[in-house]
Amino acid sequence: MNLRRWTEPVLSHLLLIAVALLFLIPLWWLLITSIKPLDQILTIPPIWWPHSPQWQNYLDTLTAPAFPFWQLMGNTLFYCVVSTIGTVVSSAVVAYAFARMRFVGRDLLFAITLATLLLPGVVTLIPTYVLFQRMGLVGTYAPLIVPYFFASAFNIFLLRQFMLTIPVELSDAAHVDGASDFRVLWQIILPLVKPALIVVAIFNFIYAWNDFLGPLLYLDDSSRYPFSIGLYAFRSRFALQWNLITAAALTITAPLIAAFFALQRYFIEGVTLTGVKG
Amino acid sequence: MSRRLRDTARAYLFVSPWLISLAVFTAYPMLASFYFSLTRYTVIQPPAWIGLENFQVMFAKDELFWLAVWNTLYYTVVSVPLQMLVALLLATLLNHSTRGIGFYRTAFYLPSLVPAVVTTLLWMLILDPRAGLANAALETLGLPKLGWMHSATWSKPSLILISLWVGVGQPMLIFLAGLKDTPQSLLEAATIDGANRWQRYWRVVIPLLTPTIFFNLLITLIASFQVFTTAFIATATATGATAAGPLNSMLVYMVHLYRQGFRYASMGYASAMAVVLFLALVLLTLLVVRSSRSWVHYEGAPPR
Repeated sequence: MNLRRWTEPVLSHLLLIAVALLFLIPLWWLLITSIKPLDQILTIPPIWWPHSPQWQNYLDTLTAPAFPFWQLMGNTLFYCVVSTIGTVVSSAVVAYAFARMRFVGRDLLFAITLATLLLPGVVTLIPTYVLFQRMGLVGTYAPLIVPYFFASAFNIFLLRQFMLTIPVELSDAAHVDGASDFRVLWQIILPLVKPALIVVAIFNFIYAWNDFLGPLLYLDDSSRYPFSIGLYAFRSRFALQWNLITAAALTITAPLIAAFFALQRYFIEGVTLTGVKG
Repeated sequence: MSRRLRDTARAYLFVSPWLISLAVFTAYPMLASFYFSLTRYTVIQPPAWIGLENFQVMFAKDELFWLAVWNTLYYTVVSVPLQMLVALLLATLLNHSTRGIGFYRTAFYLPSLVPAVVTTLLWMLILDPRAGLANAALETLGLPKLGWMHSATWSKPSLILISLWVGVGQPMLIFLAGLKDTPQSLLEAATIDGANRWQRYWRVVIPLLTPTIFFNLLITLIASFQVFTTAFIATATATGATAAGPLNSMLVYMVHLYRQGFRYASMGYASAMAVVLFLALVLLTLLVVRSSRSWVHYEGAPPR
């Protein structure tokens, strides 16, 4: 019995450490490959720390005309920031109606909203493309960004759940004082659901930062590429220069990892919220 | 009555963005997909009605379609249960340990933040058939090296490996939160009734977690059938080869659909493929929901 009391935690930690290493080693490999000279990358046995770290790989990558860093950064930030503002604002307004307003057809509309959470994106892909093409918008950011301004099922759902936890008395009192719905939403509800707004913003920002299929479909001019497609294009030019490819790859990954450590609480809370309530 | 009407009108003003989205970005494209699937459509010319020809070609003539179906099924059937099992195992282990939980949580979750392009390129490097890190490890263990993405046998397991690295962290966090919610009173009651740890886990903890498992299973299944970016990047070779991996072994459904629609401009055929996948997923969702009645326990779940 006594033996079991300490062997069990030890075994469980050993297993956890082994799996954690399997998850972290690829990230270490990304970092370490990016500062290697070309002849130390694909070797047996593997080199865990380069004999002479080549920090100028980063300089080479960031100044390479095939990886126009600042242009890619500008495009990516534009896509992320504008789409995030769009979805946070529109989803909050719609969520408020579902959480606080009574109207004919509300429950049916909410059921439809939940059903679309399970809708496979593939069934809307092609006609949406055709629609934007007919409008002459393929090649611009409009097809990627405009839909965000019309709310999303998931964000509506998440924000509504949060708004429902706010005591009705608060908004009722404001209504009695003659406040409009917009003022109640803006001055009372939104400040109280700030953590949820931050969660929605973070997840949307990261989704846009990582989005590959959207830019692949809609952007053709390389001067408009965001990081995801920019890295893909860079790789097809420098297929075997793994040190430069990983340097570029790490450059676009590091901001996300930094954001995770800075906003860890919101990440964990956000992921947890997304899955517990089915 | 008029008050109610006014309230409703104002509420519809608030939900109007979402109504527009439902109409323009959901309902219309869904219906249009069905319509396009019955046409020959190259975008340059207006859709020409051809009835069920796209479906006839798909089922009877397009061998790559069936290969894509097989590849996607293989990928999903192995990858999704593995993701769920590993996530559940890790969450269970973490639920019992108090030390280092923050470190482990971070380690398991970080990969899911990495952009898919980076993930794919990184694993192409690690799985390099000549001297990648994975083969170096195999050689150290005295095992034969594998061809990974350059072998028709190992290319799909390679994709599955990547999906595990990326896809375990999120469900693990969700399961962990669910496990932490297990009411202490139920566990104590079970102990008093003479249940040992193993029985408490399988008879109390897991049944309480089944709604969470069910929800994650459904979401992961639907996403897995539509896997695209990893397979697309892993098979986009600089040499301009047309096969998606050796012997098209990484030609998953969405890659085939993308090629038909956007490379060969067969929007009608691609729409037909979209419709088939959509109907298959609706059917699958219904089956999973139906099966859930026998294994998902809602009663007695703690109120949140």
